[in-house]
Amino acid sequence: MFPELNNLLNTTPDRVEQGKLTLLCDAKTDGSFLVHHFLSFYLKANCKVCFVALIQSFSHYNIVGQKLGVSLTAARECGQLVFLEGLKSSVDVFFRAQAEPHPLQFLREADAGNLQPLYEFVREALKPADDGQAAWRCPVLLVDDLSVLLSLGMGAVAVLDFIHYCRAAVCWEQKGNIVALVHDSGDAEDEENDILLNGLSHQSHLILRAEGLATGFCRDVHGQLKILWRTPSQPAAQRDRSLTYQYKIQDKSVSFFAKGMSPAIL
Amino acid sequence: MESVWGVGGLVLLRDSVEWEGRSLLKAFVKKSALCGEQVHILGCEVSEDEFREGFDSSINSRLVYHDLFRDPFNWSQAGGALPGGPLGALRALCKRTEPGPVTIALDSLSWLLLHLPCTTLCQALCALSQQHSPLGGSPPVEPVRVLGLLHMELHGPGPMGALSSLAQTEVTLSGTAGQALAHILCQRPRQHPTHQTQCFSILPDFSLDLQEGPTLESQPHPDPHIPPVEPTTHLTFNLHLSKKEREAKDSLTLPFQFSSEKQQALLRPGPSQATSNIFYEPDVYDDLDQEDPDDDLDV
Repeated sequence: MFPELNNLLNTTPDRVEQGKLTLLCDAKTDGSFLVHHFLSFYLKANCKVCFVALIQSFSHYNIVGQKLGVSLTAARECGQLVFLEGLKSSVDVFFRAQAEPHPLQFLREADAGNLQPLYEFVREALKPADDGQAAWRCPVLLVDDLSVLLSLGMGAVAVLDFIHYCRAAVCWEQKGNIVALVHDSGDAEDEENDILLNGLSHQSHLILRAEGLATGFCRDVHGQLKILWRTPSQPAAQRDRSLTYQYKIQDKSVSFFAKGMSPAIL
Repeated sequence: MESVWGVGGLVLLRDSVEWEGRSLLKAFVKKSALCGEQVHILGCEVSEDEFREGFDSSINSRLVYHDLFRDPFNWSQAGGALPGGPLGALRALCKRTEPGPVTIALDSLSWLLLHLPCTTLCQALCALSQQHSPLGGSPPVEPVRVLGLLHMELHGPGPMGALSSLAQTEVTLSGTAGQALAHILCQRPRQHPTHQTQCFSILPDFSLDLQEGPTLESQPHPDPHIPPVEPTTHLTFNLHLSKKEREAKDSLTLPFQFSSEKQQALLRPGPSQATSNIFYEPDVYDDLDQEDPDDDLDV
């Protein structure tokens, strides 16, 4: 996790808010550093994490996690981390007997209407232990990323329904959190992606939006991060807070600074 | 904002990601409950606990919550889902038979529009807005108020236009500089549509606090502390003429300007006007041959 980002969000692994949906989105840049942040953050916070990783392999996230101080291998072995490696298990779908349910079953079906098998997988992974003992602080679902589900043939409404059911099970029933990454296609006029992004935005309590700089690539400033706190059901004492920072990604950390205040140009 | 309460029918609350509308929906729900109306809520987007949060027990006791959030499509097969799915739940609301004024809150209309065909939803909304008395056949007694929360970014112009045409009142939320604004458009039958903008805020107990009229965007005034800058103060060349320089300039005759004096001078070439001559001093090596070199030509 990045301590500077924790300061901006006013959280620490010891004080984790519960029942929240956090939306990560990126436009014209790569927002995966936010996924690595939240993965290591919640593992350090002693939460049980179900990570639906559809973009990269386990070893990729493990290597980055080690730079940030967590071992995904150890977390998986002790049961803290349930890892769905999409790249590997998508092949398994085709070599299984059809009757056996698989979370990525929709890859096999010509007209898969919904993501119910994936939801059942998440629900099973995060259900409380049978003995009633709370071994972990709270369950967390992390998805990297939801836009790829659209590319794989699911409709935006089906993905929204999947998140809807996850919210009901993880956020409401078990007072856990959900963090999901969605790409913003920007000018590409992808209607389905816009519906997904806007639909999730309306349900989110926190939106982190990483954008490339309007002026293009810069060696010392890799992009800017917009943070929007929302209260979907409560009247805000003051209107929902919004902050913008610029950032630079380094080997083991990300540094944040106010716009125009990069150390390289001061 | 009182115009929203005047007549029943469909009231659209159009919100955006930046200016959410659920708290205004809850404020309207609270107001209806305080007026003694029954309030039915079709909850699709948030849990019942989350919706009821912030209301005291007297308000909560008047709310009837129809839960489409927990299991709208019966995936859990646990029997907790509303029969008939979203459309069944909506039609069940049409079949209520309790007397008295009723407010129905749809949280949210966007969720229903994403899951039902637009035409089916519009038909259901029409049926919902027209309350018939339990005796059947007699004209509507109590108009039903239907509050629908609509997220503007999610829908194209077609469905938005269809819902607008059904609505008696549209409240569009926006704001500037931390102040929330409600743009209210009322369309009453046989009357001109009226438009109004209202500043408001919602208190933690979901009471509506209406504020003074909207501050119009004023023209940007020039800052009185900054003096106007004179652009010609530090030039390296002279843009101005002194009086003497101006007189000399005005009296100058341009070479190709044809004045009457020039005309007279040309008509009377006087002795003062010298004829032009060429003075040539021959060089030592010059060969001055007076013969005409063209003499041998027979032309």
